[in-house]
Amino acid sequence: MTASSSFSKGIPARYELARDLGRSRRDFLRSTAGLALGTALMSGSPFVHGEVAAKKRKVIVITFGGGARDQETFAPEGQENIPHMLHDLAPQSSFFTQVMNQGILGHYVATASLATGVYETLNNFSAVPPEHPTVFEYFRKDLNRPPSSTWVVAPSNGFNRIGESDYRSYGPGLGAKVILPKHLLSAATSGAVTDYSHLLRDNYETPLYTPQIGGGEFELQQMERVLKLSVDDFMAHARTISSPDELSMYITKRLMQQESPSLLWVTMHDIDVAHTGAYSLYIEAIRRTDRLCAELWKSVQADPEYAGNTTMFILPDFGRDADEDAGGNGFQHHRTGDAASRTTWMMALGAGVRQGMVYDRPLQSIDLVPTLGALMGFSPKLSQGVPIHELL
Amino acid sequence: MLPSDLKAEQFSGYQPRSRKLVIAHLRTLQELPLSFVPSLLREVIDYDFKFPAERTSIDQELATLSSLAPAQLKEWFQAFSLLSLSPKLEKLDWINQPAQFVEQLSAYLWTTHQLDAFRDAAIAYGNRSRIAASPEPIVMRRLGIAVIGQGVVSYDAPLFRNLREHGTYFKQIKPENGVELLLAAVETRAKAHPVAYGHWYVDGGRAADHSSLLSCVSFQKLEPVRAALLKNIQTEIGKPGMGPEELRTHMARLSPTDLGIDKAGDEVLERFEVKLLTEGSGTQIFSTTFAQWAAREVLRRAQPLTLFVRFAPRQRQRPMNDLMSGSGGNPEFDLTGSLIDADMGAYYQWIIQRRLPGSEQSSFLVWFEGHSQALVIAPSLPRGIESNSILDLGELVSLAAG
Repeated sequence: MTASSSFSKGIPARYELARDLGRSRRDFLRSTAGLALGTALMSGSPFVHGEVAAKKRKVIVITFGGGARDQETFAPEGQENIPHMLHDLAPQSSFFTQVMNQGILGHYVATASLATGVYETLNNFSAVPPEHPTVFEYFRKDLNRPPSSTWVVAPSNGFNRIGESDYRSYGPGLGAKVILPKHLLSAATSGAVTDYSHLLRDNYETPLYTPQIGGGEFELQQMERVLKLSVDDFMAHARTISSPDELSMYITKRLMQQESPSLLWVTMHDIDVAHTGAYSLYIEAIRRTDRLCAELWKSVQADPEYAGNTTMFILPDFGRDADEDAGGNGFQHHRTGDAASRTTWMMALGAGVRQGMVYDRPLQSIDLVPTLGALMGFSPKLSQGVPIHELL
Repeated sequence: MLPSDLKAEQFSGYQPRSRKLVIAHLRTLQELPLSFVPSLLREVIDYDFKFPAERTSIDQELATLSSLAPAQLKEWFQAFSLLSLSPKLEKLDWINQPAQFVEQLSAYLWTTHQLDAFRDAAIAYGNRSRIAASPEPIVMRRLGIAVIGQGVVSYDAPLFRNLREHGTYFKQIKPENGVELLLAAVETRAKAHPVAYGHWYVDGGRAADHSSLLSCVSFQKLEPVRAALLKNIQTEIGKPGMGPEELRTHMARLSPTDLGIDKAGDEVLERFEVKLLTEGSGTQIFSTTFAQWAAREVLRRAQPLTLFVRFAPRQRQRPMNDLMSGSGGNPEFDLTGSLIDADMGAYYQWIIQRRLPGSEQSSFLVWFEGHSQALVIAPSLPRGIESNSILDLGELVSLAAG
């Protein structure tokens, strides 16, 4: 087959499709979750600036990871997969139906782009830092915050450099600490992972390439000094959970208890099992991620350090290919760059967020960083996005 | 090097028929942009090992391009010409390694934010090319069959949800001897119109007895090839400098003999089987993925008149290292998960079948193996309704084929 037969006939324009995807989410949310349609003209910020002291304000970002499509999440046919987000979280949230990712659709590079507010062009499969300053660097430098104030919990090998860029005047020493739960587990088990191997699934983006998971003295120190967790306790808990994202969530809650970071970034990844082509595993992972997001929100409400002053953002890094796109293989990958793979959603909830609102104007995924800057009081000077005014 | 510099002798590494084809259209190729030509050569270079339908498609495409006046050619390829490519890409040996070039081109287009422009150009070109090709009418109405849920005793959730609105849902099918009856119907079609690579049987497990008129691939038959491939991958991963992209490039170069297949068999089919494993993602470890991807590739490449796909249980998910090493003895099967995988796989089979010529006259049947639920999409049957007709699978497939 040549280029002539690689694409299906009569594909509507990309932006029409993106708009339709957004509209379907909006209509669905309005009818099912009883949310109201917001407009850009709505006045009166819900944030009462100063009510929550800047120092106390906390933000948690969860990437609903590994790329999830509309039809398995917020479209009508996907509702059964996200009961917690739909019924528990959406009514409390401002929901953005069209978040476009115009960058490279690889998980590490896309997450790096989310974190810098610039569409990064780094090699998705290399352990290299983002080229532009990350949100963590802006936050710490502008607000003079200590290293413990911002953390990243990330799933796999490549993400260990996401905490800080190598940008001159920002960079080393100013970023977030990164914790890789799988590396902790690997270190704790000293490589004897028989009982825990199900928690070490990694790198679905190229399922056949399975590099060794690292983990050693540094990780053990993180566990003892930061998480105040003994190896025995950690392993005992690990025995009770079933997936890498559950392990990440356990570590996230532990970090919240021990460090109370003001800016916490959690990258979920289980959903990317879709690359193996097993639809049931993809759906199972979406349901698990839905549950984990709700559990984290409950933990926020139960923690005095976080309750009432935390804004949480949940968004997939991008979507996955459409069923109908001849260049792809449906849900399995995110390689075509079609509307379904580039268009996704974002949910914001918590402190200062208007509840039960749906906004369907198109946003860019790089708009997140300037929005966080406006909320938290730092200046992401090099970000190429614009603040989301509905949240300010 | 640019396409305008192409010379006939540069294709000495090509197989006889592909070389002849390129040389016959060399003047046209010289007029085309670099952002396009390697994609075409990627198909042409394997011409000698392609299915008849693919050869016809390549012949038609080249004939169409060669028939265009210079002004038309310029108009058709203007969008491709506007793409900016790097000098590094120009220096690659895209004549002899067009697939590697296309992979690097893809990475470059992503990085430089030109992928959307390329995609738009490709869609526009594809539409033009398709209109110009005007395919010959097929000799019989195409029929696709998917059999899903092998081994599942009961399943309460609705099946065929994506397909229901397009066809008739049968609730009282007699399941006895269903696979045999369906295979017999497929064989009857193959006997009536014995076209080379025109009638296929894909099995996600061990293939049932079938006529030699059918082209058959099965997960079980390829077990030694899968094992050889996984061993090869493990060796490669351990080498210095190896990464995901390098591994992909390495796999794309593997031939049947690299994986222990002797040359005595059907080389076209064997190369196809190897590509299912080296180009597919997850086909090496999950039988449901193998069956779905095989169905996709059979439809896309061979454009069969008949495709019978029987999904089988896949092994449970385990860490990728375990799945790839083949450790753990007899794998445990995930029957319900496999049914869900296959239900989606059947939907994809129908979507891809619809892209082929004559789709408005083609039929599709999906059956929950061993059970009374089936769905048929056919021009003669109403859409979005349920039927209480009591039929066996032989009668049902007759109804589908109309």
